[in-house]
Amino acid sequence: MSQTSLHTPPESASGTAVSIAAEQRAAGKFTPAKIAGPKALKRIPGGKVLIGAVVPLLLLLLWWLATDVLGLFRPVQLPAPQSVFDAGVELLNRGELYQHIAISVQRVLTGFAIGAGCGLFLGSVLGLSKIADALLHPTIGAFRAVPSLAWVPLLILWMGIYEDSKVTLIAIGAFFPVFTSVHAALRHVDPHLVEAGRAFGFHGFRLLGTVQLPAVVPSVFSGLRLALAQAWLFLVAAELIASSMGLGFLLTESQNNGRTDRLLLAIVLLAILGKLTDALLGMIERRALKRWA
Amino acid sequence: MTSAPVLEPVKAPAALDDAPEERAVPDGSLTVTFRNVGRSFDARTVLRDVSLKVTPGEVVAIVGASGCGKSTLLRAVGGLDSGFTGEILIGDSSVTPYDERTAVGFQEPRLLPWRSVRKNIELGLPRTLSKEAGRARVDELLKLVGLAERAHLRPREISGGMAQRASLARALARRPGVLLLDEPFGALDALTRLKMQDLLLDIHAQTGTTVLLVTHDVDEALQLADRILLLGHGGSSSAEGASVKQLLTVPGERPRDRASAELARLRGELYVGLGVDSH
Ligand SMILES: Nc1ncnc2c1ncn2[C@@H]1O[C@H](COP(=O)(O)OP(=O)(O)OP(=O)(O)O)[C@@H](O)[C@H]1O
Ligand SMILES: [Mg+2]
Repeated sequence: MSQTSLHTPPESASGTAVSIAAEQRAAGKFTPAKIAGPKALKRIPGGKVLIGAVVPLLLLLLWWLATDVLGLFRPVQLPAPQSVFDAGVELLNRGELYQHIAISVQRVLTGFAIGAGCGLFLGSVLGLSKIADALLHPTIGAFRAVPSLAWVPLLILWMGIYEDSKVTLIAIGAFFPVFTSVHAALRHVDPHLVEAGRAFGFHGFRLLGTVQLPAVVPSVFSGLRLALAQAWLFLVAAELIASSMGLGFLLTESQNNGRTDRLLLAIVLLAILGKLTDALLGMIERRALKRWA
Repeated sequence: MTSAPVLEPVKAPAALDDAPEERAVPDGSLTVTFRNVGRSFDARTVLRDVSLKVTPGEVVAIVGASGCGKSTLLRAVGGLDSGFTGEILIGDSSVTPYDERTAVGFQEPRLLPWRSVRKNIELGLPRTLSKEAGRARVDELLKLVGLAERAHLRPREISGGMAQRASLARALARRPGVLLLDEPFGALDALTRLKMQDLLLDIHAQTGTTVLLVTHDVDEALQLADRILLLGHGGSSSAEGASVKQLLTVPGERPRDRASAELARLRGELYVGLGVDSH
């Protein structure tokens, strides 16, 4: 059968040509229908957010069914969603919730900034200079081998139980992912591009800014996002160990008082804040990648 | 075939036909002097005893078997490699690291993928140039290599031939006294390569810069070069390292008739020098 008969209108064609043409039209109708979902999602503003919210909402429903409706758990084990919400409102009205959130966010951001900044700097220096690498990499590798929480007693001994020790611990947590990714990426920048940069008179910081850093932007951001997750992890660790404020403190305090509702509240808040800061960083990342990758 | 049909924008270098001598010393182009240049990697000698004087405005093609040290020689002239022995002079003074008087067109375009074509060409501008002068020069180069309409695109959005042209424009941006090209058209299809050769001749006619061109294409060398340097191992093959095996002067003004008997004879000679049976 010839190709053209497939495209002639059914009235003028006959026999199998018609049926195949019909099949093709049918298939043509199915295909757009299949991809209509994602397309429609794109058209609705925030469509992706909506679909991402489906599973959390289902979990919420399940939670509600298991507690309020079916009563499968005692409130101390698993309080109902409503009571967690109420606990949040109560803390909010007492002005405590804001304090807990503010101090935790402040610790995470400070520690993350310091750790990521140091990671970026040392990663760049060691990634670019063979001498610095030979001199420092074994030492940094040894420090990396120490599980970061092992520093806690020493940090408390040196800096006390207040902000400094917590921020330092978070900074340590944020440092290594950034350092490792920047260092590795700089070692693997296409040597051809670097040589071309040099051939056209770039060296030192100008070469770094023109060729090497733009080339490693994607790895820098994946390192930064890992570091941010680490920062939240170490925040909770620091606040669990010794603190009088913050979401980690809310966790321990609630555990001690048997306030499971507040405990769950703290966990939900950690999830939301972690997701929010990561999304923020992701937005910056997309802009940077658009520019440099 | 003649180059006229594929030649893109620029006028044919008419002056060349009547007065070749007048072209001989265009301002800005520099001599390149090799004095007993050698290069060894570890214990292995790749080049030895290369001596040659390239006059300003001359086009010298460097041919030789793969791995004989053509790129090594070119890199030494560009100041990309400092491990050679002997002496290389650009103009009157020794070559310096990443010498500003030379510009390199690499075998691959080596464009920065995150920069537009225009921004990539800007990389080649001398740092002393003012912003406006720089923009004007890049505009001019974009037109010269026929990329004015693609200036805003990223390297992955243009074809291989366009990328090679952008790379050439970047090398020209600093108005080099010596243009060093390492198999710049090697990766291109035959038609694009012919167009690029014409473009190079146009550029040479306009700028008069000295050109050292590494190529593995004998016909390309015959078409473009004033002289052809054949790198290879001498008759006494026991000596390690390649040197100047032959230095041929190509007769006739460009564009040359590819079918001419004299070029055919030179072609045969080069093939013999390269150790290839031309029949
Ligand atoms: N950095 C280096 N270290 C060690 N050996 C090298 C280095 N650069 C080049 N060589 C050696 O020098 C020789 C010449 O290399 P070169 O790249 O100059 O060859 P070429 O003539 O350009 O070859 P081709 O036509 O294949 O490009 C090769 O045998 C290569 O192995
Ligand atoms: Mg080579």
